Amino acid sequence: MTQYVVLSAILFTIGCVGVLVRRNAIVVFMCVELMLNACNLAFVAFAHQHGNLDGQIAAFFVMVVAAAEVVIGLAIIMTIFRTRRSASVDDASLLKY
Amino acid sequence: MNLLSHTVLLAALPMAEGGHHAPVVAPDMGFGGVFDLLWLVIGLPLLGAVLLLGVTPFLPAPARAAVDKHGHLLGTATAVASFVLSLVLFLALLGRDADQRQVGQQLWTWFETGSITVGMDLLYDQLAALFLLLITGVGSLIHVYAIGYMAHDPRRRRFFGYLNLFVAAMLTLILSANFVGLFLGWEGVGLASYLLIGFWQHKPSAAAAAKKAFVINRVGDIGLSLAIALMFATFGTTDFGAVSELAGEAEQATLTTLGLLLLLGACGKSAQVPLQAWLLDAMEGPTPVSALIHAATMVTAGVYLVVRANFIFELAPIAQTAVVVVATVTLLWGAILGCAKDDIKKALAGSTMSQIGYMMLAAGLGPVGYPFAIFHLLTHGFFKANMFLGAGSVMHGMNDDVDMRHYGALNKAMPVTFLTFAMGYLAIIGFPGFSGFWSKDKIIESALSENLVVGVLAVLGAGITAFYMTRLMLLTFFTAKRWETGVHPHESPKVMTVPLVVLAALSVLGGVLLLGDWIVTWLEPVTGHAEHHEPPLPAIAITLIITAVVALGVAAAWFLVGKREVPREAPRDVSFATRAARADLYGDAINDAVVVRPAAGLVGGLALFDRVGVDGAVEGGSAAVGGLSNSMRRLQNGFVRSYALSLLGGALLVVLALLAVNLG
Repeated sequence: MTQYVVLSAILFTIGCVGVLVRRNAIVVFMCVELMLNACNLAFVAFAHQHGNLDGQIAAFFVMVVAAAEVVIGLAIIMTIFRTRRSASVDDASLLKY
Repeated sequence: MNLLSHTVLLAALPMAEGGHHAPVVAPDMGFGGVFDLLWLVIGLPLLGAVLLLGVTPFLPAPARAAVDKHGHLLGTATAVASFVLSLVLFLALLGRDADQRQVGQQLWTWFETGSITVGMDLLYDQLAALFLLLITGVGSLIHVYAIGYMAHDPRRRRFFGYLNLFVAAMLTLILSANFVGLFLGWEGVGLASYLLIGFWQHKPSAAAAAKKAFVINRVGDIGLSLAIALMFATFGTTDFGAVSELAGEAEQATLTTLGLLLLLGACGKSAQVPLQAWLLDAMEGPTPVSALIHAATMVTAGVYLVVRANFIFELAPIAQTAVVVVATVTLLWGAILGCAKDDIKKALAGSTMSQIGYMMLAAGLGPVGYPFAIFHLLTHGFFKANMFLGAGSVMHGMNDDVDMRHYGALNKAMPVTFLTFAMGYLAIIGFPGFSGFWSKDKIIESALSENLVVGVLAVLGAGITAFYMTRLMLLTFFTAKRWETGVHPHESPKVMTVPLVVLAALSVLGGVLLLGDWIVTWLEPVTGHAEHHEPPLPAIAITLIITAVVALGVAAAWFLVGKREVPREAPRDVSFATRAARADLYGDAINDAVVVRPAAGLVGGLALFDRVGVDGAVEGGSAAVGGLSNSMRRLQNGFVRSYALSLLGGALLVVLALLAVNLG
């Protein structure tokens, strides 16, 4: 049990750090997916532990949200790349003070 | 019925100190006959004012042009009609018994709030009758004179409208049966005075003088309005009749306050020290205005107020003493100003101030003086209006030059003006037999028997009067010609000289009112019976002394002015006294130092506090909020990753907080 939770925490931390330090939008996106899947792992592990299906259902919800997010997110990234010829998240910083 | 209850009330009242009690005003109501027309005396000039000022501007252009051309005739006609009516009323009053000479007329209820009811009531008694004749009589003559004097003024219609407005307001002041109605007229004459002083508003000096007169008059008006408020609080009414009956029961402090407040009001309107500074500047108005408003009628309203409110002053000896002090100071103050002025109208204005001081002095002496105050008021109305109109006639012939140093030897060029002016001159200095001789003599005699110091100062004032009037006379009509080049003095038209002749005749003959002490007996029901103190000297000796002092003044003027060559420019290297008198005895400087500058300082301080304190707090607060949000704005840097970091930090904080709560 402990191994699952530790693995989940490690994956989440990697995703978190990736979101914060990487500039490439695609990689940032992948890191977000990593964080979501770390959560899924934790959900499923705890569901197994407690012997009910709530956590597994939650994991399915997360997957649905992730899929929807990918559709919209990739579309945005594509549009940005077409106009700016770059996929860096720091370049797209016009919406500010 | 009415008389009976009034007698009972009188008997029930405690007697004032000294044994005499101020008379009670108790008019007979609804006597009918000619007295029902009383309201018309006010109504006629009011109608003239409404037609000339209110209606004409809305007429079609041709009709307006016709009114502009002939409106002065309408204005004069209403004044004359009012005079004729006053004369008829006076004769009707003469025909009644002495104890039935107070006639009242209730027109309508003006306003009613709670326990207070103020009626539009008129009171026609012996005092009002004399005033009515003076105002409408002298007023009519001045209207006639103004036809000639204002002949070339494009705004003549408006001028006559204002004059009518003034006459209507002054008659309201005199005829009103309560202090509120009196106040209505009081403010009305103030307004008319303001409009007429500033009639030539294109001159900045005239506009400033009008404003000055208005503002200083407001100070006095505060006194009068406070007095009215105090009357409402104390007696619940301001009717002369009710107040005169209830005054005996009021507290001494209240009565004294009332008297002093009324005196403040009188000071403002009658240009008495310390509210005297406006009168000399008021001479900026057209000369008929100076004659009518600032010599014969309006400025005497203060004297009327004191005499009318005798039932209050009789019970407030401190206020009475204050009246005497103010009057004595003013009569000398005005006389000194008159000595130094080269402007003929300002010299006459100083003299007016001084003569009103005499009237106030008499009014402050109590029942002994009241009739003589009114007597001098009437004779002064005649001779001062005469001299002002004469001065206007001289100015008319001298291209509106007012500087007496540019006159001289006008007696040949303007014989009618000279002769009529001379009658006024002899009357004011108190030449034996002329009207002023009788009235001033009586006032000084009463003053001497009441208080020696005041009496002696009044005699001194008579000497100074003789000096400055002789100086004025010599500078204008005698001595060498000092005319400006291109000036050709000529006699004024008939329409101006006829009023002069009538007023001159009245100046000479005004003394007949004293025959057999007629005016004293006539006014006794209004002003109360006087107990005569024996004067310190026999009356004939006093008269001789006064005449000797007057002769001294005339002689001094002859040696100082008449025998010497008069420079065309006022000499500059003069004594301190002359400089002070030329500067109106520093009246304006005193006002400046005592009122204007502290007030300006206070206002400046308030403005500074507003700018620094209030504005500082408000603007500082908004600047602080603005600066704070400006720096907060920097957080929105547009970098998605920094937003993600703050999101993470926030989530961590929430988790830590939850842990702290759950574990703690």
